[in-house]
Amino acid sequence: MDTKKGRFAEFKTSMQPRIKEFKFTMNRVRKSPLSIAGLIIVLFNVCVALLAPVLAPPKLSDPFMIPRDASLGWRYEPSPPSPTHPFGTTSLQVDVFYGCIWGTRFAFMLALEIIVVIVIVGVSLGIISGYYGGLVDEIIMRFTDIILAFPSLILAMAFVAALSRSGWTTLNAVILSIILVGWPGYARLVRSETLRVKSEDYVEAARASGASDLRIMFKHVLPNSIYSMIIVVSLDFGTIVLTAAALSFLGLGAPPQYADWGRLIYDSISWSASGFRYWWTYMYPGIFIVLFVLGWCLLGDALRDVLDPLYRRK
Amino acid sequence: MGLRDYIIRRILLLIPVVFGVVILVFAIIQLVPVNSRVAVFVSSGNPKELRPEVIQALIHENGLDQPVWVQFRNWLDDMLHGNFGYSEVWNSPVLPDLIKRAPATAEIVIISAPIIIFVGIFLGVVSATHRDKPLDHASRVISILGTSLPSFFFGVILSAIFIAQLGWVSTGRLSYTLEGQLLVDQSIGRYKAYTGFLLIDTLLNGRYLYFVDALKHLILPATVLVFIQTAVLVRVTRSSMLEALSKTYIVAARAKGLSNKEVINKHARKNALIPVVTLSGLMVGGMMTGLIITETIFRFPGLGNWAARSAQLFDMPVVACYAMFSAIVFVLANLIVDILYAYLDPRIRLG
Repeated sequence: MDTKKGRFAEFKTSMQPRIKEFKFTMNRVRKSPLSIAGLIIVLFNVCVALLAPVLAPPKLSDPFMIPRDASLGWRYEPSPPSPTHPFGTTSLQVDVFYGCIWGTRFAFMLALEIIVVIVIVGVSLGIISGYYGGLVDEIIMRFTDIILAFPSLILAMAFVAALSRSGWTTLNAVILSIILVGWPGYARLVRSETLRVKSEDYVEAARASGASDLRIMFKHVLPNSIYSMIIVVSLDFGTIVLTAAALSFLGLGAPPQYADWGRLIYDSISWSASGFRYWWTYMYPGIFIVLFVLGWCLLGDALRDVLDPLYRRK
Repeated sequence: MGLRDYIIRRILLLIPVVFGVVILVFAIIQLVPVNSRVAVFVSSGNPKELRPEVIQALIHENGLDQPVWVQFRNWLDDMLHGNFGYSEVWNSPVLPDLIKRAPATAEIVIISAPIIIFVGIFLGVVSATHRDKPLDHASRVISILGTSLPSFFFGVILSAIFIAQLGWVSTGRLSYTLEGQLLVDQSIGRYKAYTGFLLIDTLLNGRYLYFVDALKHLILPATVLVFIQTAVLVRVTRSSMLEALSKTYIVAARAKGLSNKEVINKHARKNALIPVVTLSGLMVGGMMTGLIITETIFRFPGLGNWAARSAQLFDMPVVACYAMFSAIVFVLANLIVDILYAYLDPRIRLG
């Protein structure tokens, strides 16, 4: 009984600094209205993405294909917002509301898919590069140099065009190409973190006590670079969706009638040529993109203020 | 190490990167099946209309049925002789098209770059010196909007307002009637295109009305670029200015009794601008990306529009050539920025 109590007290004192830091973090978040706005927007997006099947029940076998309203016929002209179509319909009576809602889900899936691969590839190459140095480092870093020598959208565009020409579906080509242009940034970030941590005393101590390379990488190097990773990932969430939407807007991406914001705007360029008469065809998808990117952008900034030791105490 | 040595070293380091860029573009071309890949080697005649026998002959002639390094050598050889392939979409050789379209894009850049630099740095500095005041909040909101408002959405809204709703300008480089007139005049020799820059040529030919019209058509595409790029610049200038203002030499300058204006203009701003210079290299990349979007929206007949339309139809010769071109421009811009940086900050070249 007594030892148990003692252990609990010990645990409490050892956790004290962490609890204090956590309270400080929450306090910083609470004090900045922009961080809260970012958090709310992101949560709103998450809810929309999760509740998509409830908000807009799918009618076709592929839920990401936007259903068209057959009762309105095959009329090409968009119809304005109405109770059955809150955001109106676009060409051929395709429902805009459905596209925006499922577009949120699609944006999340796309960004998650891409981020996971980018992080795995970028982190492993970055750690290997920074930890072993020498020739391996040189090869990996020169490779990142070459990819970063291109403006990323242009390289992605070239990849998409080439892959599509050789028979890939454009959507898969877009995913692969964004991964290809995205990983070097992470590799560089993790490499520099690795170099910083590698020479710390506790890593030397771990090595002296016989820890293996893998153990040092996973137990010491990775946890130390996790905060800067979180910041970059949250900022990248918006950027990736923006890049994919830009490619869609150029006609490289999702097929017609797909629940993708960029595609919806691409399809309504011709409607914007008659001014604001068909405003709902491009305004709603556009607002959804802006909200998504804005939310992640604000959240990333907030996380930087909170997690980055350089900004934390300012 | 002197500045000259630094420049020489930097240029030598550039060679492997440029070579890597060329190899990567070659790798991208290799993804395409051989019958389409042959377009990259064709110097005349639309590859889409060539008979199968001719294509087979071309495949053989250019070594596309031989190992990769032979193909690479032939491809390099072709490019060094100015043959970048033949576009299926535009039905013309690639390199002359690139040269023909470059002035239109350059015009947008020349109009927007000074505005971006001036407005961006001005807002950034003002924002930092008025930290947490209304001015600072306003400029931060603008810069956050600029980063999260996609350029294509902004462009579509602008075109809906000013082109469709108000009818102030049209898409393209000139109004339709003036453009037609210009083409007619050019064919009978009454108008001479000396440089390809409409803003210069119209003045040289004494067509002031056309000059004003061309300028008017640059406003919208330039606005999109300015809005997006300024946002980035404001953010970086602001944070680097804030950092500079917290340094001890600023305290020293203030303690000496210098006025606030002198401290900001002479001491803080100069040092704050050094990181901004590095950013400008990255901005060149952002600019090229932005040009693709903005030229597509406003149907501006420049390089971005050319590349985007070709990519849509998977026209490999143009896409490959443009990717290579933009990478080289980007790399050169970064070289200039690095040299400028070393010139401004002796720690770089001495360290």
